[in-house]
Amino acid sequence: MDFAFMGQAFMTLIAGIPLTLQLAFSSVALGAVLALVLAAMRQSGILPLDWFARGYVFVFRGTPLLVQVFLIYYGLGQFRPTLQEWGLWTFFREPYWCALTALTLNTAAYASEIIRGGLQSVPHGQVEAARACGMPRGLLFRRIVFPIAVRQALPGYSNEIILMVKATSLASIITMMEVTGLAHKLISQTFRAIEVFVVAGAIYLLLNFAVTRIVMAVEHWLSPHLRPPPTPIATPPEAAHV
Amino acid sequence: MRILKVIGLALVGSALAMGSAQAQKKWETVKIATEGAYAPWNFSGPGGKLDGFEVELANDLCRRMGVKCEVVAQDWDGIIPALQAGKYDAIMAGMNVTPKRMEAIQFSRVYAASPHGFGVLKSSPLAKLAGTGEVYHLERDAAQAQTTIDAWKPLLKGKTIGVQGSTVNSAFIEKHFKGVAEIREYKTTEQHDLDLAAGRLDAIFAGHSALAATAEKPEFKDMTIAGAGVSGDVLGAGVAVGLRKGDTELKAMFDKAINEAIADGGLAKLTAKWFTVKMTPQT
Repeated sequence: MDFAFMGQAFMTLIAGIPLTLQLAFSSVALGAVLALVLAAMRQSGILPLDWFARGYVFVFRGTPLLVQVFLIYYGLGQFRPTLQEWGLWTFFREPYWCALTALTLNTAAYASEIIRGGLQSVPHGQVEAARACGMPRGLLFRRIVFPIAVRQALPGYSNEIILMVKATSLASIITMMEVTGLAHKLISQTFRAIEVFVVAGAIYLLLNFAVTRIVMAVEHWLSPHLRPPPTPIATPPEAAHV
Repeated sequence: MRILKVIGLALVGSALAMGSAQAQKKWETVKIATEGAYAPWNFSGPGGKLDGFEVELANDLCRRMGVKCEVVAQDWDGIIPALQAGKYDAIMAGMNVTPKRMEAIQFSRVYAASPHGFGVLKSSPLAKLAGTGEVYHLERDAAQAQTTIDAWKPLLKGKTIGVQGSTVNSAFIEKHFKGVAEIREYKTTEQHDLDLAAGRLDAIFAGHSALAATAEKPEFKDMTIAGAGVSGDVLGAGVAVGLRKGDTELKAMFDKAINEAIADGGLAKLTAKWFTVKMTPQT
């Protein structure tokens, strides 16, 4: 192991971090919105919507992300005339948007199941209590169901976010120069696979370390009721008289 | 006690025998890696079977060297590290001899060479790139080559060029068109062919031999070679067998076999069978 070289490799690879993070967080954010819609469809009780959501999850969870990336990038490339007619080609022409689309669609499938689990874990008693107070449906969802569901889903969801940070490495196969793409390039220039991949792995570790810390902080913030109440700082009664 | 002594002697003896066997390793089988995605040099045919110029040449060279040959497929971007790691003994994958690669591995004598150039769609304004039909050597015809490259630059300004990563082609494009055009690196040439046809790329830069083979396929009939062909400098000194630095004996065996194949016309026959473009120096 040549540590001086690893230092150089690190400096080269950090140039890919912004793209890696951009892909990870945009896809997680967009995927979360889509996942909410899908979970709502599953819970709606309307059969066609329910079946559509089930089918979606089945397809996107059951096929490899690598295959999805290839299908969206090279597969759609073959339907260029049709896509041009629909005005979608400018979007699918760019590898960035193709990568983001694939990652978003994929994470939405997993996240919708996590959210559905969270929604179903809301104790029935709490919902009934809210109804008994006369809460309308919207308010009930916003104030009771959603906060509890999010809290329940968060540990599972943090897993998904970590998986997405790592999944961005697949964007390198469609010419995106994120951390893994730059690593491949550096290896091809230096023929030193071990050092470069060790550094790339360390970068993903660092990123995911930060992600887990952030999620832990959010979890802490969402569950004050599970912590012992803070002991009030007792001001000495005579203090005022000194 | 005597038994122990006998066993001890036997162990020492076998260790010595193994040591001497390793010192002059007898090559009985040679494992050769190719990419399997660079037609007509090497590609995976129906059923994943490896085929192409280099696969046939490898078998021919092995026959001449009197060794058993095993050709395996390996992704291009890991092909040199895996050779160094001992996963196979030789690379025959359209790999050009370059000083940069010579730092890591050694090469046999050159067995093929073809110029490199741009592939574009016939309908593209780039089809009029200067010098079509000409071939310039970047060192021997330095002045002409430079004038031609300078003439290409304004046309390619702001365009997107696709190349296979970690190749002489990407080295050439980075050297001359970095900052002029947007450069995208692909894992295989097959992938940048698809993206040229899809209109994601304005041009691709690859070996003329590979471009010609692609243009022959019906789904790429709108593709053509544009501009002059170039060779030399970062594009390397021709295609040769890549070998580990320590394997001097194997290099000598390959050199001898290739020279034989050149002398008796075996190489020329294979070249004629697989390539439509002219493959320069054979001697």
